[in-house]
Amino acid sequence: MATTSIKNLKEFSTTNDRFEGAHTLCPGCAHSMIVRELMNCTDDNLVIGSNTGCLEVSTAVYPFTSWDTSWIHIGFENAASAISGAEAMHKARKKKGTLKDNDASVKFVAFGGDGSTFDIGFQWLSGAIERGHDFTYICLDNENYANTGGQRSSATPIGSTTSTAQAGTHSYGKKEKKKDIVAIMAAHGAPYVAQLAPNKWKAMAKGFQKALETEGPCFINTVSPCCTEWRFDPKDTIGITDLATDSLMFPVYEIIDGHELNILYRPKTVIKVEEYMGAQGRYKHLFKPEYRHIIDKVQKDIDEQWDYLQRREEARI
Amino acid sequence: MQDLKLLANDKRGKTELGSRRDLVGWHEVTQGSILPSFDGDAIGIALKKAEERVYSNFNSYTATVASWRVQKPVFNIDVCIDCQNCWVWCPDSSILSRDKQMMGIDYDHCKGCQVCSEVCPTNPKSLLMFNEYVQLEDALASWPEKKKKEK
Repeated sequence: MATTSIKNLKEFSTTNDRFEGAHTLCPGCAHSMIVRELMNCTDDNLVIGSNTGCLEVSTAVYPFTSWDTSWIHIGFENAASAISGAEAMHKARKKKGTLKDNDASVKFVAFGGDGSTFDIGFQWLSGAIERGHDFTYICLDNENYANTGGQRSSATPIGSTTSTAQAGTHSYGKKEKKKDIVAIMAAHGAPYVAQLAPNKWKAMAKGFQKALETEGPCFINTVSPCCTEWRFDPKDTIGITDLATDSLMFPVYEIIDGHELNILYRPKTVIKVEEYMGAQGRYKHLFKPEYRHIIDKVQKDIDEQWDYLQRREEARI
Repeated sequence: MQDLKLLANDKRGKTELGSRRDLVGWHEVTQGSILPSFDGDAIGIALKKAEERVYSNFNSYTATVASWRVQKPVFNIDVCIDCQNCWVWCPDSSILSRDKQMMGIDYDHCKGCQVCSEVCPTNPKSLLMFNEYVQLEDALASWPEKKKKEK
């Protein structure tokens, strides 16, 4: 296992990028920040599979590939099963001694957007985690199907307008709550489950390294602000992520072995969720007087969730 | 300024995206096809710097998205403190950083999203956005003065 030093940013910056530029992700997209960070936090050989989504279509624009590692282009739902197959094959060939380099350390990673993780690829992911393959699944959660024009997914939070759950005179956007994917994956008994954010680069790199080191299926949900569908200026990607983690809309925490919960980032001053929502165009309609109660409802839910996380961290259950 | 040419692989940013019509199309690519990222062996690629790698013509390192840009970031080495914030958050791997030092910007792959300028902590910022047609010397000459803290 060859992990790179993440003691400080200067040391971290001596690693060599294995994710090349000239992919066609939008300017200011957080997907590539997260992917770069994952690939920079280890020197090991990586085998990566991607579910269909922004990341897959943008990094493999024929005749170009942006990946300097083995990368599997696969269907919408089955990156988790493709990567578990690759992992099983690697294990078997290692046992037989038929690999080119039998001692080389190889890590298996699957990327998926929130659509392919929460909805379409859920069954495949659930199966792969139940089978206990040694891989890391990273969900790039931008809360909608951004690749196809911003349809609602089950990761879209309540009150957000999307192209299939539009806000207007009779509707405030999506009416259902977001699925708590981290709790669901922890309930599968995965040895390492976490929710991380790209603005807290150190917590994120540490989480990635821990997930890659841990034997068994690991799941990481990462916040990936989408400047196109969340409707903010591309330059504010990190600023919006700051607001998301400081307003506790996206608390940064990990769950080890399904019971040991650690909160990785506690904001010094917790800001109101209004500030986070006000910075994005997709929540604009909630500031009208008739939909104001949705903001209060979201704030109440966030407070309850934060209280629950803190109690769980203390109780170790 | 450091000599950025030394950091560039001679294949970087040669082709515009979508201009390679001479290559086969998707209909000729069957299931199970492989695009090699490198000419020759890819073992130990994590330990090689970009200028030491032998990129194949399929690697997007050889492509450019410079035409996407309206504004370009300009780097002022006199103000930079080498904090590497821009390196860690650049979405396009366009910040060239070697031996813990910020060296410059890869204008072949930069899309001009302005994230680097936003996360720059110095006063005045060591990365600022200028219009694409502004010459680097003119941009550096018009750098703003240090702002005093408002009390």
